[in-house]
Amino acid sequence: MLDFHLIKALHSAAGPATLDVHLAIRPGEFVALYGPSGAGKTTLLRLLAGLTRPEAGYLRAGEQVWYDDKRRVWLPPAHRSIGFVFQDYALFPNMTVQQNLAFALPRQQNQAIVPELLTLTGLEALAHRYPSQLSGGQQQRVALARALARRPRLLLLDEPLAAVDYPTRQHLQQALRHAHHEFNLTTILVSHDPAEVHALADRVIELDLGRVRQDGPPTLLPTPTSISITQATIVKILPGNQARVRLASDGSTLLITLPNDGYPYQPGQLLTLRPSAWEVCPPVDNKL
Amino acid sequence: MQDYWQTLALTLRLATLTTLLLLGIGTALAYWLAYTRSRIKPLAEVLVGLPLVLPPTVLGFYLLLAFSPDTGLGRFLQHTLGLRLNFTFTGILIGSLLYSLPFMVQPLQAGFERLPPSLAEAAATLGKSRLTTLWRVLLPNCKPALLSGIVLTFAHTIGEFGVVLMIGGNIAGQTRVASIAIYDAVESQHYAQANAYSLVLVGLALLLLLLLSWLTKRRSNYSA
Repeated sequence: MLDFHLIKALHSAAGPATLDVHLAIRPGEFVALYGPSGAGKTTLLRLLAGLTRPEAGYLRAGEQVWYDDKRRVWLPPAHRSIGFVFQDYALFPNMTVQQNLAFALPRQQNQAIVPELLTLTGLEALAHRYPSQLSGGQQQRVALARALARRPRLLLLDEPLAAVDYPTRQHLQQALRHAHHEFNLTTILVSHDPAEVHALADRVIELDLGRVRQDGPPTLLPTPTSISITQATIVKILPGNQARVRLASDGSTLLITLPNDGYPYQPGQLLTLRPSAWEVCPPVDNKL
Repeated sequence: MQDYWQTLALTLRLATLTTLLLLGIGTALAYWLAYTRSRIKPLAEVLVGLPLVLPPTVLGFYLLLAFSPDTGLGRFLQHTLGLRLNFTFTGILIGSLLYSLPFMVQPLQAGFERLPPSLAEAAATLGKSRLTTLWRVLLPNCKPALLSGIVLTFAHTIGEFGVVLMIGGNIAGQTRVASIAIYDAVESQHYAQANAYSLVLVGLALLLLLLLSWLTKRRSNYSA
């Protein structure tokens, strides 16, 4: 499906580096680009889409040459068969959900796919809303549906699930897996969340300072056991829906945000924690 | 009396034509300035902004010279294109276009630059041409900038004096716009006549400013 060697200068917070990546991606693969920020994940994704121009190398998609430095070939993004989901969703604010999807279709194409996509992503009820009237998760689903409208062969996702809460994230991961199979896609996902990589990808490419550090099955990554589901007891309720809890596994304490679901949480209650519901904080004194 | 209405009609015709033409020219120029990486961009921005600081009479003076048959450009315009621009409506229209250019270009350029770059990029990944993207995505999402560009250009052209006087003079039905008619009336001590023009211009200015503040206050997704 994709065969490329792309070179481009990176200007990351860690200082200048060169992105130099040589890879082949098979049709139907679900690839995660993983690594710390500044590793070049988003840059690589933008190079594949044609949103950023490489400095040297080549990029072939099947029989088509999208970029070749030596032959001076450059195919602009509008002529590549891709779907791109942006980190900020990039929905068109002047169009409703339905209009965003319809706009994505080529002029002559049958509009029948629009209701199909709305159903696939569970957006039927929101078809006539504007993006500003949607939640983050809903906007994300519109962005996914819109990226699929042209029936691309390649789906590129730039940290699409970074800004949504845990239940929405699970729901979206399901929608993504479903779309990947339903549309026979080759999917490349930028992520820095190992749990997400494990849940979705069948191949992970770890980048660091512009180079491939590891390439293989997601089991290469640290398994998210250390942050898997665990039990904890509430030690103290704090203002702003926060609570200090003691983990059953090792007795360490954590600061978590309680779900805002109206349940009367109290000290002494046993909770079940899932990875994205809490964040780690430094150890505290024994009074807690 | 007929002269009065003729002058007001001419003023409105000049302002309307200037605004319509600048809507096209200004949009293209603002789009280019907002997205180009060309090295001449700073120079282009300075040239667009020049009429803001240049005395109108200076602009008018050089246009007068340029249009006159004594210069190469003037000879070319007159003999090759058959265009006589000094002391004609077409001449003051061209003067107005240059003079009001920054009032259309600057708000629009700022409007384009305020939009998240991902909007145009998303349209590109959806296979849309630049023109389609401009027309369907960029312009609809900078409506407040577009509207303030239109209102400012129109108002500014109505109030124009120096440029028109230099290249147009004061020919009834051809180049005599309201602001020149006021000056002319005061010169010949027809204060009532000057007042009649002035009141209309004050009313128009108030109306346009009200319209502008109403339009920019209305909720919009990306307005600042």
